[in-house]
Amino acid sequence: MEHYLSIFISTIFVENMALAYFLGMCTFLAISKKIGAAFGLGVAVIVVQIITVPVNNLLFTHVLSEGALAWAGLPDVDLSFLGLVTYIGVIAALVQILEMVLDKFVPKLYSALGVFLPLITVNCAILGSTMFMVERSYTFNESLAFGAGSGVGWALAITALAGIREKMKYSDVPEGLRGLGITFITVGLMSLGFMSFGGIDL
Amino acid sequence: MKTKELLITPIFKNNPIALQVLGVCSALAVTVNLAVTLVMCAAVIAVAAFSNLFVSMVREHIPSNIRIIVQMTIIASLVIVVDQVLKAVAYDMSRQLSVFVALIITNCIIMGRAEAFAMNNKPIPSLLDGIGNGLGYSVVLVAVATFRELLGSGTLLNYTILRPVTEGGWYEPNGLFILPPSAFFLIGFFIWGLRVWKKEQVEEPDFKIAPNTKPQEA
Repeated sequence: MEHYLSIFISTIFVENMALAYFLGMCTFLAISKKIGAAFGLGVAVIVVQIITVPVNNLLFTHVLSEGALAWAGLPDVDLSFLGLVTYIGVIAALVQILEMVLDKFVPKLYSALGVFLPLITVNCAILGSTMFMVERSYTFNESLAFGAGSGVGWALAITALAGIREKMKYSDVPEGLRGLGITFITVGLMSLGFMSFGGIDL
Repeated sequence: MKTKELLITPIFKNNPIALQVLGVCSALAVTVNLAVTLVMCAAVIAVAAFSNLFVSMVREHIPSNIRIIVQMTIIASLVIVVDQVLKAVAYDMSRQLSVFVALIITNCIIMGRAEAFAMNNKPIPSLLDGIGNGLGYSVVLVAVATFRELLGSGTLLNYTILRPVTEGGWYEPNGLFILPPSAFFLIGFFIWGLRVWKKEQVEEPDFKIAPNTKPQEA
């Protein structure tokens, strides 16, 4: 249990998807003008991460990795080169299904998250976590902790950035830095802040 | 639009990273070393060019409600080709790029250009637009990588330019430039420089600072 907890905590702070690996930057910068929207997107990312990373983990261990198809009588088949297409397909399909399920059963949540769900398919943080999961060969339970941690970390980062940007729009920024430029510098400073968690060994 | 414009406009005038905020995602993590960056840029240019070309070729046959999936499949297949080629030809490079080659799939430049340009234009202009946007992305990346490698480790393309103290030279490598945050600062300053040069890209402020009404209190 402690092992999973340490994966969870270290993916949130030490290996934050947005601030340490620069993943999901496009949406991170584009949807961080208002706290409400940023928080909504963050929650959507957490939900999608918790589902997609473990599902891709199952697909990888039982279908794609070398020798995984032994149960079907094909011990020599190595389908790992099909990984990318499979993962992105799973992500796109799951996002679509999630959208339909939410629309049908939790319309309130759907109206809050609805606009952000399609954006998530092209969010690199989602595909990135799947790739890291494959690279570090996590087990199913580890991938669950990792997916949840990376989602929470990303949500935390975007909500914090949105809070800073809401205050910052009242400040007098040099002309050329206005908007995107100063946002990059703010994110850089936040990233420095998150690096201070780096020495923590769980 | 003319051929030249298609290629040149995305480099400074309508830069995908500095103005359209596309494709920042995977870009920053690969800029510690210039050689790695150049390989990454070549990969992105190739994928952007060919995905635009192929999407444009099939644009009249794609039903509009499944177009995202079709585009994704085309892009993902191209990225697999690039990834396999890298693994076969330059295995060390492929190890250093780790997951970031795979992340070209979700690079918003490629998806964005396929959606915004290739879906409404003929194949050849789309191909050029893909190359142009790939170059625009490369300009920012190469600029950032040059600073980071030179100031962070005193080398360029792994040749020593500023001999570091550890090897008996005079240059004290600036460790900050090896860490992730420096990439954000450098891109921020790159955007600043670009907008000082091209005034029309400056964003309007949300609020204007009111002039002081009572100067004696200020």
